[in-house]
Amino acid sequence: MKPSKIDKPAPKLKLKLKAQPRIKDDEYTMYGPDDPSGRTTLERRDFLKLAGGGLVVFFTAGDVLDAQIGGARGPDGGYPDDPNAYLKVGADGRVTCFTGKIEMGQGIITSLAMMLAEELDVPLASVDMVMGDTALCPYDAGTFGSRTTKYFGPPMRQAAAEARGLLIRLAAAKLGSPEDALETKDGAVFAAKTPSKKIPYADLVGGKRIEVRLEKKPPIKAIAKHSVSGRPTPRTDARAKVTGEAKFAGDIRYPGMLYAAILRPPAHGASFKSAETSAAEKVAGVKIVRDGDLVAVLHEKPDVAAAALTLVKPEFEPSPSKLDNGNIFAHLKEVSADSDVVVESGNLEEGAKLAAKTIERSYFAHYVAHAPSEPHTAVVRVEGDKAEVWASTQSPFRAQQAVAQALGLPQENVRVRTPFVGCGFGGKNQGGQIVEAARLAKLSGKPVQVAWTRTEEFFNDSFRPAATYDIRAGLDAANKIVLWDYKNYHAGSRSSQPVYDIPHKRVLAFGGGFAGGGGVRVHPFATGAWRGPGSNTNIFATECHIDIMAQEAGLDPLAFRLANLADARMKKVVQAAADKFGRTFAKAPSTRGYGVAITDYLNSYVAAMAEVEVDKAKGTVRVLRVVCAQDMGECINPDGARMQIEGCITMGLGYCLAEEIRFKDGRVLTENYDSYDVPRFSWLPKIETVIVDNPDLAPQGCGEPAVTVMGALVANAIHDAIGVRLFTLPMTPARIKEALANK
Amino acid sequence: MDKTIRFRLNGNEVSVTTSPERMLLWVLRTDLEHTGTKYGCGEGYCGTCTVLVDGQPERSCQFPLANVEGKSVLTIEGLSHGGKLHPLQQAFADLGALQCGYCTPGMILAAYALLLRKPNPTEAEIADALEGNLCRCGAYNRIIAAVRQASGALKMKVVDREAL
Repeated sequence: MKPSKIDKPAPKLKLKLKAQPRIKDDEYTMYGPDDPSGRTTLERRDFLKLAGGGLVVFFTAGDVLDAQIGGARGPDGGYPDDPNAYLKVGADGRVTCFTGKIEMGQGIITSLAMMLAEELDVPLASVDMVMGDTALCPYDAGTFGSRTTKYFGPPMRQAAAEARGLLIRLAAAKLGSPEDALETKDGAVFAAKTPSKKIPYADLVGGKRIEVRLEKKPPIKAIAKHSVSGRPTPRTDARAKVTGEAKFAGDIRYPGMLYAAILRPPAHGASFKSAETSAAEKVAGVKIVRDGDLVAVLHEKPDVAAAALTLVKPEFEPSPSKLDNGNIFAHLKEVSADSDVVVESGNLEEGAKLAAKTIERSYFAHYVAHAPSEPHTAVVRVEGDKAEVWASTQSPFRAQQAVAQALGLPQENVRVRTPFVGCGFGGKNQGGQIVEAARLAKLSGKPVQVAWTRTEEFFNDSFRPAATYDIRAGLDAANKIVLWDYKNYHAGSRSSQPVYDIPHKRVLAFGGGFAGGGGVRVHPFATGAWRGPGSNTNIFATECHIDIMAQEAGLDPLAFRLANLADARMKKVVQAAADKFGRTFAKAPSTRGYGVAITDYLNSYVAAMAEVEVDKAKGTVRVLRVVCAQDMGECINPDGARMQIEGCITMGLGYCLAEEIRFKDGRVLTENYDSYDVPRFSWLPKIETVIVDNPDLAPQGCGEPAVTVMGALVANAIHDAIGVRLFTLPMTPARIKEALANK
Repeated sequence: MDKTIRFRLNGNEVSVTTSPERMLLWVLRTDLEHTGTKYGCGEGYCGTCTVLVDGQPERSCQFPLANVEGKSVLTIEGLSHGGKLHPLQQAFADLGALQCGYCTPGMILAAYALLLRKPNPTEAEIADALEGNLCRCGAYNRIIAAVRQASGALKMKVVDREAL
């Protein structure tokens, strides 16, 4: 890339390289910064060696803070446009990337570094990632919605392009060459005609902020010139994770830290009356903390705190909730007075007149847990008017705000850091444990760790909401869909617009979305975003209904879809999946157990095909094979993308076939993995992924799209196998047997 | 009543004076500061906290400290030596057999235990042996591939003796 022509060489340019306090680039600590033992303070190089020499989430301490203004926002409140907010070239030539995004398994620790390395022309291995640190990173609303590459990627790329342009300008002054005679490679600026005439980035800025701006933003690199981005690249955090070196929030230690075991109500809505704590207080080393209905047992050993909590004798009022899995759907309809129009075009009455056949069905989906591998965890230390937080969170800046509010501190006095996060899936947008730890730290005067038990995780989770759907759709005599009247109750509206070419359609969303709300008490407990929020169940209902229409039309489900699609990009993705699947569809039920489902998830296109086997006597389903084609625009790390798609397919089997929160009168009856079945090795189908090349489209999201087709994909395949259709998720053996019995 | 329990941890003699009824998981993570072993469910369902006791995979959240007296415990911290990854760790890293990495220590140790008793398992045998280890990210296909690759490149013998 040539520098912008406007950026003329300016030999007499005064470069304001603002003097900064010395930055301790060489010292990072993996635990609390003030650990007096010093045992965990590693020399940077040793740490990098331990962690694989590549990219690591590392935790900076000391006066590096002065060099970086965390929480910076752009003029519109979005991402800032100062390159210093995103990156720093250290005195050792290493480049640090600052992002408010967090790493929870989705692999952005690698793909963001790839984007930065590409644009700045530095080796990938010289990029360090600082993620989710409110003191160092630009403000970010949170890591969710498959938004990192799509929305944080472009400003970061632009910042790197500008930084590269600035480095060229600095080099031009030092080398006495015009800017347009200079190129960059491997972290150095060199003269294009005499490559030996070069100067490393480190010698140009050496860890200082670049206090000069270009008059015009340079363009980002053309994809054709990419040598890092777009190539399958192994995870840079793998070494840290296979050695156990990778730190999660629960691995953070402060001297004198206490672990909290918190009293929970037996049911949601059961208000606290009293707690008799005298027996627990007799346990040596136990400290009881009370603040209103927050009652916690603190101890320097987490298991001792947990054991002492069992000695607390509480009294709660009974929960007023009378909801359970049996009456929830009727309730959801009852509290659904208001609706939003998601899309409306044509005229439903007109569509109904055109329809030769009209098909009406209702669909249902139960509550589902996030069940992250790592339960919600946080460590908080409050000292004077400052709080330090280490949290398992998808939203460090939201956590900063919540802690500041809970403790009555100014927001800038709260620093939230995010180590590796063990799954999120939307569940760690909610940070109840962080505020609990903050309150307990303040009340006890000690650093406190709150780590929810698995049972607390199932109780406190913000579940994927139960939702129900009514769909009325019509086919004309030529088997074109002419009518689509879609009502969704409480799922959220995402992906509820049909991808098909339908002249008369209306999509309504009732209720306040996946997080509940809307002014009424919809759910007996918290609900929220669950990987592909809204879309999972919207696509289940939509794509099952499309399958029924295909059957009514007398067509195979693939031909019917292609005939009703106008979007050429989607047709290409469907064809790519069909080519890989390599089987011929027939009108269902063909008894072969083939299924298809497609979606447009926030402009990432997915088409999936599957083969299943059903044991009619037991009602069990074995998914044998899943093929998934995805067009996500420019793909940064194809290997990372495949991992996400494979993970979506595997995880998605859970909400298809088994995952269901059982509850009654405010109590959550599914308390652990004995009663809440998640996918295991034995469920694993053969998975084949196809990344549909589309470099002309800016990068879209990848963490969620493929999970959203799974419900319909498996439901359609089950129908093809045994000729019965399941209208309720999950499709458990009991429901399959019931459907067979009612056939 | 506190008691002093002695055992070998990753080849080193250790002693802990605490209640012998406490579960090994918490003693490892808290008293011995070996945080590589993770809590997953606390009831033995998920396999996240798997460690090896005398070569057998055990759920450390369900394994009382008293039961390790005089035995050898292997945790994830003990698998690599001198900065060199064990072939199993290397295979997990090379094949991307992990995402969030939280279940990874337990997963690797469960796989390690399998390879100790069955150096060249089939895919079905791997899946069967790891059935009790949950990976919510859904890296199962790559985990199977990684264990296969490690078993092919099996150079474990020396490391095994050192570790156990």
